[in-house]
Amino acid sequence: MDIFGIPIQAFLGQLLLGLVNGSFYAMLSLGLAVIFGLLGIVNFAHGVFYMMGAYVAFVSLDVFGLNYWLALLLGPLLVGALGVLLERTLLKHLYKIDPIYGLLLTFGLALICEGVFREFFGVSGQSYAVPEMLQGATNLGFMVLPNYRAWVVLASLSVCFGTWFVIERTHLGSYLRAGTENPKLVQAFGINVPLMVMLTYGAGCGLAALAGVLAAPVIQINPLMGSNLIIVVFAVVVIGGMGSIMGAIITGVVLGLIEGLTKVFYPEASNIVVFVIMAIVLMIRPAGLFGKEA
Amino acid sequence: MKLKQRIAALSFAGLGMVGVSAQAQVSGDVIRIGFITDLSGLYADIDGPAGADAIRMAIADLGGAVAGKKIELLVADHQNKPDVAAAKAREWFDTQGVDMLVGGTNSGTGLAMAKVALEKKKLFIAIGAGTSALTNEQCSPYTVHYAYDTVALAKGTGGAVVKTGGKSWYFLTADYAFGASLQNDTANVVKAGGGTVLGAVKHPLSASDFSSFMLQAQGSKAQILGLANAGGDTINAIKAANEFGVTKTMKLAGLLVFINDIHALGLKSTQGMYLTDSWYWNKDAETRAWSRKFFEKIKRMPSSIQAANYSATLQYLQAIKASGTDDSDKVLAQMKKTKINDVFAKGGYIRDDGRMIHDMYLMQVKTPDKSIEPWDYYNVVETIKGDVAFTTKAETKCAAWK
Repeated sequence: MDIFGIPIQAFLGQLLLGLVNGSFYAMLSLGLAVIFGLLGIVNFAHGVFYMMGAYVAFVSLDVFGLNYWLALLLGPLLVGALGVLLERTLLKHLYKIDPIYGLLLTFGLALICEGVFREFFGVSGQSYAVPEMLQGATNLGFMVLPNYRAWVVLASLSVCFGTWFVIERTHLGSYLRAGTENPKLVQAFGINVPLMVMLTYGAGCGLAALAGVLAAPVIQINPLMGSNLIIVVFAVVVIGGMGSIMGAIITGVVLGLIEGLTKVFYPEASNIVVFVIMAIVLMIRPAGLFGKEA
Repeated sequence: MKLKQRIAALSFAGLGMVGVSAQAQVSGDVIRIGFITDLSGLYADIDGPAGADAIRMAIADLGGAVAGKKIELLVADHQNKPDVAAAKAREWFDTQGVDMLVGGTNSGTGLAMAKVALEKKKLFIAIGAGTSALTNEQCSPYTVHYAYDTVALAKGTGGAVVKTGGKSWYFLTADYAFGASLQNDTANVVKAGGGTVLGAVKHPLSASDFSSFMLQAQGSKAQILGLANAGGDTINAIKAANEFGVTKTMKLAGLLVFINDIHALGLKSTQGMYLTDSWYWNKDAETRAWSRKFFEKIKRMPSSIQAANYSATLQYLQAIKASGTDDSDKVLAQMKKTKINDVFAKGGYIRDDGRMIHDMYLMQVKTPDKSIEPWDYYNVVETIKGDVAFTTKAETKCAAWK
């Protein structure tokens, strides 16, 4: 049986790979959406935090001999702490002025960090081995799926839905949402809003770092890996609707699938298909698919 | 020195004789070399800032001056964008008085700079760019293509693989001038050797994920997967091929692999791979000695491109010394009549189509236990003589060499 001239087995294989990439997009765009939704900051440093996560994994194994599972914990913690520091020292001064300043600041920081890493590590990058427990591959009948990729889908989708649950369905999440709607009122109830905002930014950065650690074994760790990805992730957030958390997750996965299929039918367009969709969506629904019209 | 004696004689005879042909005629009283390459993107390790350092080593070896004139180097990043490269070249020729332009990695930018150099009638030495179009369809009297090209890579690696029985090919190709050129040149070699090309897939430059392309390659049932890409793209493609078990059913042929790529991937995932390069640091005593000097500064071994940067600069400056001028036509004429003998090439010469002819090397990546020191990665399997390695007179479309 064929679908558009492609054997169904190959078609299923490509769909599955699209899902793998889509779950990466979902996780990265989720962090962006959380930060934008709750802080109003367009975090252009997100790609750099993703790259730093991968480098935490590399350095902790190469220099300190710490394994992948520890890196999975360490990456988000260290990078999250860096995010907190950044929020305390720089970003907090920008909340009251035009969001463009936050964008410029994070973009500038991203360029600086990337340059520093390039100086230390070079652009050819470093290799990180797949952890022993997840080595090997499973034959699914229609394709051979490396076990590690299956783990990536599982891990990132559970993190995504966990985050969504915390923000949309728990008390803590309701404080967060209320704090960004009307900080003065929430503060009057005795809730420490600045602390909450700081931790939110840290958590968003930590999510990016977690994606970085997850990506480390499958792609070459490289100072440019963040900037190669970040623009696509931004497009995902815009399509999903800036600040919409569920929107970011669903759009991430769906666009991963669409991009995967483009690689089969017209591979030359695979790096622009996301942007074409973005243009169309913005024309029809300027607030994005899941965004609320202002 | 002959030139100095003549100048001395002239000044003795009278001071009003400026511009007489015997005096060193160097425009702007300084020899200015421009170098435009990828300083920050996916090709920055194989050439990049260390490529500029190699040029500086050549300038330093001549004492920073020839024919009594100071040598200056300008360096710029083209970000892998042909329009940026062309604009920078134009600016330098027009306002900075650049006498010669060295072109770094990326064929798209190389072709763009060659056009500007032709328009300004200035010498352009392309080193990092691979496309054979520079000395074929788009050859120019002001372009010298120095280190390697896609024809030589195709004949080297493609020819060797077909000879050992790799008859059916599938290509993974970077979607720009270089990838197309490399795929096309290799496909010709494969077909000439009795092989077949079953298909190809094009990927965007700096693709973030190669798994989908690997699945397509696997589906083709070809014996050989030809990687018609370079730098970071080759590295990620080889990683994905190992991960998806493509290497179990197909053999990889890296058509342009640099030593930095092998260093980044490690011998474990690259051992046994064939590749063709214009130079290898560990080839003989002379290359080793020069490379150790390079290593002291940069802390990594030079790639073939970086060694070629050094050699091209050295040859250019020596031609100025010999001809006493920095006029592009005269310097190029001088370079063409001089054999190139240095650390990069032995008995090399520049052909009328602008191609620098020298030996190429077919090499095989060592197994980890055979590598005796860091960067000791290759065995030289075959030396491919210059006159058969590149485009032949029968194949050329360059009018200047027909």
